[in-house]
Parts: sequence; C-alpha cells; structure tokens
Amino acid sequence: MGLATFKGGVHPYEGKELSESKPVQTLLPKGDLVFPMSQHIGAPAVPLVKKGDTVLAGQKIAEAGGFVSSPVICSVSGKVKAIEPRRVASGAMVNSIIVENDGEYTMAEGIGADRDPSALSKQEIRDIVKEAGIVGLGGAGFPTHVKLTPKDESKIDYIIVNGAECEPYLTSDYRLMLEEPEKIVGGLKVILQLFDNAKGVIGIENNKPEAIKKMEELVKDEPRIEVCTLLTKYPQGGERSLIYAVTGRRLNSSLLPADVGVIVDNVDTVDAIYMAVCKSTPLMRRVVTVTGDAVAEPQNFHVKIGTNFQELVDAAGGFKTEPEKCLAGGPMMGMSLFTLDIPVTKTNSALTCFTKDAVAASRETPCIRCGKCVSVCPSHIVPVMMMDAALKNDCEKFEKLNGMECVECGSCSFICPAKRPLTQAFKEMRKTVAANRRKKA
Amino acid sequence: MENLFKVSSSPHVRSNDSTQEIMMDVAIAMLPATVFGVYQFGMRALLVLIVTVAACVLSEYVYEKALHKPITIYDFSAVVTGMILGLNMPASIPIWMPVLGSIFAIIIVKQLYGGLGQNFMNPALAARCFLLISFAGPMSAFTLDGWSGATPLAAMRNGSTMDLAALFVGKIPGTIGEVSVIALLVGAAYMVYKKVITLRIPVTYIVTVAVFVFLFGGMDPYYTACQVCSGGLIFGAFFMATDYVTSPITPAGQIVFGILMGVITGVFRLWGASAEGVSYAIILSNLFVPLIERVTLPAAFGREGESGLSKLLGGKGAK
Repeated sequence: MGLATFKGGVHPYEGKELSESKPVQTLLPKGDLVFPMSQHIGAPAVPLVKKGDTVLAGQKIAEAGGFVSSPVICSVSGKVKAIEPRRVASGAMVNSIIVENDGEYTMAEGIGADRDPSALSKQEIRDIVKEAGIVGLGGAGFPTHVKLTPKDESKIDYIIVNGAECEPYLTSDYRLMLEEPEKIVGGLKVILQLFDNAKGVIGIENNKPEAIKKMEELVKDEPRIEVCTLLTKYPQGGERSLIYAVTGRRLNSSLLPADVGVIVDNVDTVDAIYMAVCKSTPLMRRVVTVTGDAVAEPQNFHVKIGTNFQELVDAAGGFKTEPEKCLAGGPMMGMSLFTLDIPVTKTNSALTCFTKDAVAASRETPCIRCGKCVSVCPSHIVPVMMMDAALKNDCEKFEKLNGMECVECGSCSFICPAKRPLTQAFKEMRKTVAANRRKKA
Repeated sequence: MENLFKVSSSPHVRSNDSTQEIMMDVAIAMLPATVFGVYQFGMRALLVLIVTVAACVLSEYVYEKALHKPITIYDFSAVVTGMILGLNMPASIPIWMPVLGSIFAIIIVKQLYGGLGQNFMNPALAARCFLLISFAGPMSAFTLDGWSGATPLAAMRNGSTMDLAALFVGKIPGTIGEVSVIALLVGAAYMVYKKVITLRIPVTYIVTVAVFVFLFGGMDPYYTACQVCSGGLIFGAFFMATDYVTSPITPAGQIVFGILMGVITGVFRLWGASAEGVSYAIILSNLFVPLIERVTLPAAFGREGESGLSKLLGGKGAK
C-alpha cells in the first residue's frame, strides 16, 4: 500500500520553494493594530474596552459573545483609539477595536509564566484554551474550546494534528514544524490529556521530509503519538480528506469530526494551545507566509494579530513587480483582496501576491464533458451536472446531486480545460441552499 | 482612488489543460493509424483525409461566420472530427462524398445542436452512418494492392479463416484508419499516457465483444481474436466510443456504456444484416447516455451507505 491519501484531488504548482527555507522572523508592527470582533465562526466577540482605555499585550479586550464564539486578545500595549467597523479580508466591514501601539509591548500580569499541564483538570484546560482566544488557525476559525468539548469525550479515539499544508505557496505550518516541534508535541499532549482513549497522529505530506524526520524523532518515545506520512496532493489537508487518509473514516456534510471519533487541529492551533496552557500566553501572534512572484523577498513571519497587511509586504522587501492579485491565504482557497489595508486576523496564514491573475487571463469555453472535474472531486460528486443545476438556479436539483457535499476546495475549477467557474458557482448555490434551509427550519 | 487589485472567487490558479490541447492530443494519437493508412492505401488516402479535415474546419468556420457566432475552429475539435471521418472511409471513395459527410457532421450533427459539447451523437460517426446508408456501394468498396476484396469480417462470415498476424499489423482491406491494430494501440497508449482517456470505456467494450463472440460464435478463441482485431473495433473503442461529449461522464456509467456497445456490436456482427457493427453500436449507445448517467450517479463521499454509522466506520484502515 502506498502513502495515506484520498481518492481525487489535483497537483497544482506548489510554489513552496519561494519561502520554505526562510526561518520565521518576528515582525513588530509600526502602525495601529486592528482587532475585528469576528475572527472566528460563531457569534461576534463583545468589546470589553472603550475608546481612550490603556491596554496591555495579552489583555483580553473582547469577550466571547456566546458558547460558539471566541474572545479577542490585544497583541500590543497602547491605547484604544477607536471602536468602529473596519474592512477585513472577506471584504466585509466588521466592528473592530483599533489600538495605537506604544511600542513597549508591556505584558499583562502573569503572561509567560510556566504552567504544569498535568496539574490542571480537564475543565481548567478547556477554560484556558477558551480564554486564550484560540480558534482553528488553519483557516476555518472554529473556536477550539468548542471542538475540545464533544458530547461524549470517551468516544474520541483520534486527535489528528494537521500538518499537511496542501495549499500551494504556504510554508507557515512547515516552518513551525521545523522550528517549534516541541511545542506542537507539547500541545498535542495537552489535548491527549483531555481524551483518555485517544491517540495522537501528526499528518504531514511527503513533500516535507525534513518536518517528517523532525517530528518522528521527537515522538519516537511517545506511546500515544505517531506521525502519518501523507501523499502530497491537494486538498490532502482538507478535514474530510485528512480524516479519511489517517483513519479510513468517511465524513459527510452533516457530520462533525467528533461524530466519527476524531478531532482535527492545525499545527499552528496546537502550538497556540501549548503556549496558552504551558506558557500562560494567549493567542497574540501567528505565523504568516508572505509570498508570490510579486514579492521581493518571500518570508515567513511571526506576526502580531491586528498588524496591517501592507506592513507585511514592506517587511518582505516590498513588491518587485506591481501585483495584479493579492490573496489572504493561498491560490486554491485564499480570498482575493482589492486593498492591503486589512488586518492580519487569527485565521490568515499567508499573503500571496501574484503579478498575473490567472483567472482574468483565462477565457471560458464550452464544456466538452471530459469528466476531469468528476475524477478530481474529493467529495465524489459530479461538478459538471451541479453546474447545469447552478446555471438554472435549480436548488432542488443541486441538492439532489449532493451539491451540499462540496467542500469548495476548487479542484474542479482548477482542472477544467474549458476554464469554467465551477467552484465559484457552487459557492453561490450552497449559500442559497443553506439560507433556504434556515428559512424552513 | 488608489490602484485596486483584481478580485475573484477562489481558486485563483488554473491548470494548463485546455480543450485545444486535448483535441491536439487526440489528433496526434491518430497519426500512427493515419501514417499506416497512407502507407498502405497510397496518396489517395491522404487526399481523403485532407479533404475531410479541410471540409470540417471550413464548415465550422462558415457556419459560425454566417451566424455571427464566436469562431471555434482553433479548439481543433473540427480537425479531430475530420480525421475520424476520413479514417472511417475507404481510400477509393469519390471525393465529393467525404465533403458531403463533413458538412453533415459539422453542421447537422454538431452545430445545429448547439456546437461543441452539445451534440448527442458523435458527429464523425453519425456522418459515416449517413454515408453508409446513402452510398452503401462506394462506402464499402475496399481495395488493397489493386485487388478489391471483402473485409475480414465479411470474409469470416462466409466461413474463411483469417491470418491473425495480418490483422494485427493491418495487411487487410478496410477503411483508411481501422486496419492496423498495432498503430491504433500506439495512439491509444499515447492518449492514456496523456490522461486524455481512461481505459474504462475501451476495455469494457472490447472485452464485452470478445466474451459475446466467444460464447455465441462457437467458443473458438482464434475466431474471437480475429473478431476483436477487425472491423474497426479497436479504432471505434479507443477513438470514437471515448468521445467525451457522447459518452457517460460517470465512472460506473462508462462501464455500462462499454458493455452496452459490446453487446450491440456482438449482436450486429453475429446476426445482423451486415457483418460490421461498431459504428451503429456506438451511435445507438450514444442515445442511452443521459439515461445511463442518471442511474449511475456516484455516491458522494461519506454517503456511500447512508444506512448508519457501522458502514461509515467500515472504510479502509479503520482500526
């Protein structure tokens, strides 16, 4: 048997060589920091500070707005300048706390203190994770404390650490695995402490042999942890593809990983759990890859959350060529930005800037029914038929064709020789169907 | 206003595949058979091919120009149609017939139904069948080395035994492109290598014909092998049955499609009025494609059983 993987998927140009050898550098922000109240899935956070307040690094400046929500932690010390709507990567205006950085980085009390996780109860660990503002840092932004609180914790038998990093150009997870592997293993051990019947698996694609070696070395004496080498293929790091590759269990759109006994967390998230639980440090920074052919010196940075994207570009030597397209994230699932005046949020793993926009350059031609979209779809559905339904706005047919099983990975649009905007149409349809379902409920 | 970047929905990269490239690959894959056909049947064969390709491309251009539609001749689909049509004709055909066939293929079968991707029958095959019905004589006048002869299939029906090696190499009478099994397989291998086609349709088709002919044709392995290597089965299976537009898009549907064509071909060959059956079997099966697709929709990932958690957990590697 070959390496663990799934059926379907594509092989886009990886582009990781631009930044994979660049050690993570700490980037200190110069301008104001912007903290949107929605950096996660769920209810927006509620501000705890008001204009004019003095805040410290590590201080909670917004409270979770419900169970499925997450607090926001200030990443610098300074003064609250305003609380007003600001534009985020999705293009939406989101209520945000704007903090003027005093450049001192004065820490709130108790931040950075060593803590022994074995002395903590399960509930204490969950509370720490929640108060630290940790959400799925891989991109989804699902509040991690909710994930760590399944209905029946004894049924969880796999904790999967997602180090696949299948998205092209991104190297933030890779650098983290190379540079802070102890923290990742430490974070995983904390999670395992919550689930007595679980074993930990660190899944890494085989295009990162150094990371695999490092991790294997580190876990060789850990009875409950192993490394799983995954075949390099997009979207290997997609939750359903990863769970299938590691456990053979199949997840559909109406199930959560916990329903099949699995919890999946990104390496950056696990690192954040370690920092919060063992080092009393809440989520203030994350690793961001700044890359793409327009960037002078592609880099990996430790970025304070709230830092303006423009500062990241400046720190990477600016643009060598004026970009045509800039993405928060990578080319397969990233969000395109029309401006760089946007803050880094918890879920932004990269800023990718291209001199040429492949989408604008491609011209749509008629479908020749080649079936490539069918063979690459990791959800084993039939994009070409779903597109027929989408073009007719036929929600009923779209649902019948299992359109709601689409994970919006973009593989069909990528592979289509006729350059049809398949994924794009499906996103719209899925939104409409989901809205209709809510209306009915 | 400052300069804004381009925005669009993800994904933001595209593969290098294009319709044009795929069609060119198909054309390249037909070259070995084309070269062999010209070598065997002479310059007259080359003339027929040039005429069909030119007439197909020109028909497409004139039609689209006249109707003020975007010109699509650069996608090479008309070239492929022209090649398939030409390779499906005897070299001795009067030249106006391939011209008529090309016009029929492109305008009636392809463009009137909406152009590339919309036709429900393979244009080249439909045109071939149209010519075969209209001009049965010239369409089945096969000569080799100056001698006119029956095709291997017709000969076998009359009780002759064939030389399998000659069939494999192609030293037999027939249409320009169908005769050499080895040349066709080289082209087919190229298409499989370039991932233009999968083996699902051609292999199921050929195996079904073999099994059918073996079971109902006297349980004779040698006879079965001769059947498989003759009558355009190899050409049809790899180059015509695999036509994207007119074959099922679902993997299971492709298997069903292959079996259906195999059975129809077998019936035609053993008990039909003519000894040949591939062309009719394929275009007849083309008509079943929407139905086949409807009943062979793949199960979505994670919804294979829908019957409960036990099946859900029964996948590969579950511990």
